[in-house]
Amino acid sequence: MIQEKIFQNTLYISAFCVVALLIAIFCTLLHASFPAIKEFGMHFVYGKVWDPVSGEFGALPFLVGTLLTSFLALIISIPFSLAIAILLGEYLKKGVVATVLKSAVELLAGIPSIIYGFWGLFVLAPIVRNMEIQLGIIPYGVGILTASLILSIMIIPYSASIGREVIRLVPADLKEAALSLGATRFEMIKKVILPYARSGIFAGILLSLGRALGETMAVTMVIGNSNFLPKSLFSPANTMASVIANEFAEATETLYLASLVEIGLLLFVVTMIINIVGRYIIQKMSVET
Amino acid sequence: MKSQVVRVESFSASFGEHRILKNINLSIPKDKVTAIMGPSGCGKTTLIRCMNRMHELIPDAQVTGKMFLYDEDIYSMNPILVRRKVGMVFQRPNPFPTMSIYDNVIAGYKLNGIKLPKTEQDSIVEDALRKSALWDEVKDALHRKGTFLSGGQQQRLCIARTLAMKPEVLLLDEPTSALDPKATSHIEELIVELKKSVTIILVTHNIAQAARVSDFTAFLYLGELVEFGPSKKLFTVPEDKRTEEYLTGKFG
Amino acid sequence: MKANNIFVRIIKDRVFKGAAVVFSVLSILPLLFILLYIVKNGIAVINWQFLTELPKPVGEIGGGIANALVGTGILILIACLFSIPLGVAAGIYLSEHRTGKLAYAVRLSAEVLHGIPSIVIGIIAYIWLVVPMGMFSALSGGIALGIMMLPVIVRTTEETLKLVPGTLKEAALALGVPYYKTILKVILPAGLSGVLTGILLSIARIAGETAPLLFTAFGSPFMDVNILKPVNSMPLLIFNYATSPYPEWHALAWGASFVLVVFVLTLNILAKVISRK
Ligand SMILES: Nc1ncnc2c1ncn2[C@@H]1O[C@H](COP(=O)(O)OP(=O)(O)OP(=O)(O)O)[C@@H](O)[C@H]1O
Ligand SMILES: [Mg+2]
Repeated sequence: MIQEKIFQNTLYISAFCVVALLIAIFCTLLHASFPAIKEFGMHFVYGKVWDPVSGEFGALPFLVGTLLTSFLALIISIPFSLAIAILLGEYLKKGVVATVLKSAVELLAGIPSIIYGFWGLFVLAPIVRNMEIQLGIIPYGVGILTASLILSIMIIPYSASIGREVIRLVPADLKEAALSLGATRFEMIKKVILPYARSGIFAGILLSLGRALGETMAVTMVIGNSNFLPKSLFSPANTMASVIANEFAEATETLYLASLVEIGLLLFVVTMIINIVGRYIIQKMSVET
Repeated sequence: MKSQVVRVESFSASFGEHRILKNINLSIPKDKVTAIMGPSGCGKTTLIRCMNRMHELIPDAQVTGKMFLYDEDIYSMNPILVRRKVGMVFQRPNPFPTMSIYDNVIAGYKLNGIKLPKTEQDSIVEDALRKSALWDEVKDALHRKGTFLSGGQQQRLCIARTLAMKPEVLLLDEPTSALDPKATSHIEELIVELKKSVTIILVTHNIAQAARVSDFTAFLYLGELVEFGPSKKLFTVPEDKRTEEYLTGKFG
Repeated sequence: MKANNIFVRIIKDRVFKGAAVVFSVLSILPLLFILLYIVKNGIAVINWQFLTELPKPVGEIGGGIANALVGTGILILIACLFSIPLGVAAGIYLSEHRTGKLAYAVRLSAEVLHGIPSIVIGIIAYIWLVVPMGMFSALSGGIALGIMMLPVIVRTTEETLKLVPGTLKEAALALGVPYYKTILKVILPAGLSGVLTGILLSIARIAGETAPLLFTAFGSPFMDVNILKPVNSMPLLIFNYATSPYPEWHALAWGASFVLVVFVLTLNILAKVISRK
């Protein structure tokens, strides 16, 4: 039957297209960044100078800026997201408070990143600026710290929801066994849930890191856009994503464009690895239970 | 020493609107095996979960009436203390997979934050494993994870974990329903052995099992305690019609 | 096993729970602040004119966001046209082929696509469409957004269709209904609410995306419905106005933020309502 055949083939081709799309993205990035790869080689990742005028392109300031903001954001957010995950996964399973908290977290996740950036620029940056004046350092207001704060607010709902998912994977009969031995909930969480969920929590942190690394708009608006290596947490800087956002539309020379694409390629590869590893760990955990 | 360990007085339990246990009165004799029987869903698990206050961990769960452990009101004691004195073994073996066999047995102390000298820990572990008839099988593998054990061994490990806390009462919720016949007879022998030192309450579906190991039997039906008495009597000359029908398999 | 020991442990438990509550409340405070701020600054500028007029040059009073609203609509439409047929078909493939090499590769690819930073998608659309066509365009922006929607649609379609009982399919096949009709007329309608939910959620995800549009749709002060020309969009407008030095434009950006947040949250709520059914 001809329709049957067409239908089957459509499904097959569509599925194939998804895979092809990913491969095409990778190849395009590789191809478009080739001039920069050829010109700079490994020097691209540890070169400290990014100067489009003289044609020198070293991405180290952006790598450092990205790692600093992401890790800082992660560290700030962990206690908060763990608290939400434990509260929703263990203490409050039902009831008004749980529903309110859950909806609030979902809402937080739904707000577009441009709005976080806007708010960060007009509310958070002045607060940081005041703090800097108090501390007697140059009061930029924008910079690594401000970007990390905004990022941490943005990743809390994401990591909290993974954390909750992971805590829910801990079998109920283990929790009951611990409680029936006379443990308090806190002791049960500390000695049964957390050890059991350890790898899953690690994966959650990894996936949140992947999120933070690629976040663009909010960071671009509050990081200060400086192409020099950041000297302190208060310095303006640039992340890999923010430098692309700022400079891509005006990059006309081949090498300049290729260098920006290469930064995109690095982002792509790193987030890809993080996502595959993180998902693999969580999948393994859910198969075991 | 009194001869009644747990006393249940006009006790009812419910999940939200749904009333599960209706006005139960029951006294559990010391150092005996008391079997609780009844068709599926009649509230057996709920009853014993009320005895160590695990029932209240489920949202919406409520109870009315009284329960005593010796002369103390279980529901005015601290739940943590209750659970330590009234140990529980679950339907499916559930050793902690992240802990070694040794750590599983001593887990009650660890979880309760009780620090003991190493020698004392060793003797508690050995004693509990011997009581649960597992010592000879695992004494060379104490520091391996408990997950490689067979189902029956895992269940005995869970019994050891509970015994290590030196409970007054041991609640067993269909401890053999997930096990094969050989492991089952092993656990049954163990139950008979254990009643010398601890009061046992055994929930079971299996009439023959109740007849084999229990001294007293309670028959629950639709949340009501229909009949309670010495097993010999209950199995031979039941007073209530419903008990008789259940024993003769008329409930399907 | 002393009683005071138990007392200390219970205190610890309470303190821990208290800390969890405090930290949780603290982390939703920013949400309240942001929403309050947007409502406070946004509602003031919203009126009929704001929604129906074009932006005005600096210095002139008034001006609206009509072109951004229309632009966002066009971009979403293009994104849907690209991603829904492809995504739903791939999702059906996955639910019909649970194992197999291609299915495995598709799942992995969807996972990876989902995690690609949006700015990188922008680069791709730029290289694939803007460079060959020689100009920024709504089409390139729409495709960039479509690539971002795709993995969400593939996954939700697969997951919902998997939940449709296998007996339903067998019943249809046993009646002699051909396979493709069984899928299209029985299985897909049975999972329709789930698929719709996925589509709505993915639209909510891209409606506020800015990064992939920076050098594709690019933004424009005019009302243009030609998909081969640059268009404005809500997030682009917010970005351009927010980073401008003029307070009047900041006010417009707050108004636009309010509209965008309301739109995105409505989609989320709608998705929830549909998935409940
Ligand atoms: N978590 C719960 N929430 C609401 N109702 C419950 C819950 N657990 C059990 N029930 C209900 O309580 C009743 C008694 O359950 P219980 O587990 O005590 O029965 P049981 O006698 O142990 O049955 P079985 O022999 O199948 O284990 C059942 O009708 C069941 O539906
Ligand atoms: Mg039961």
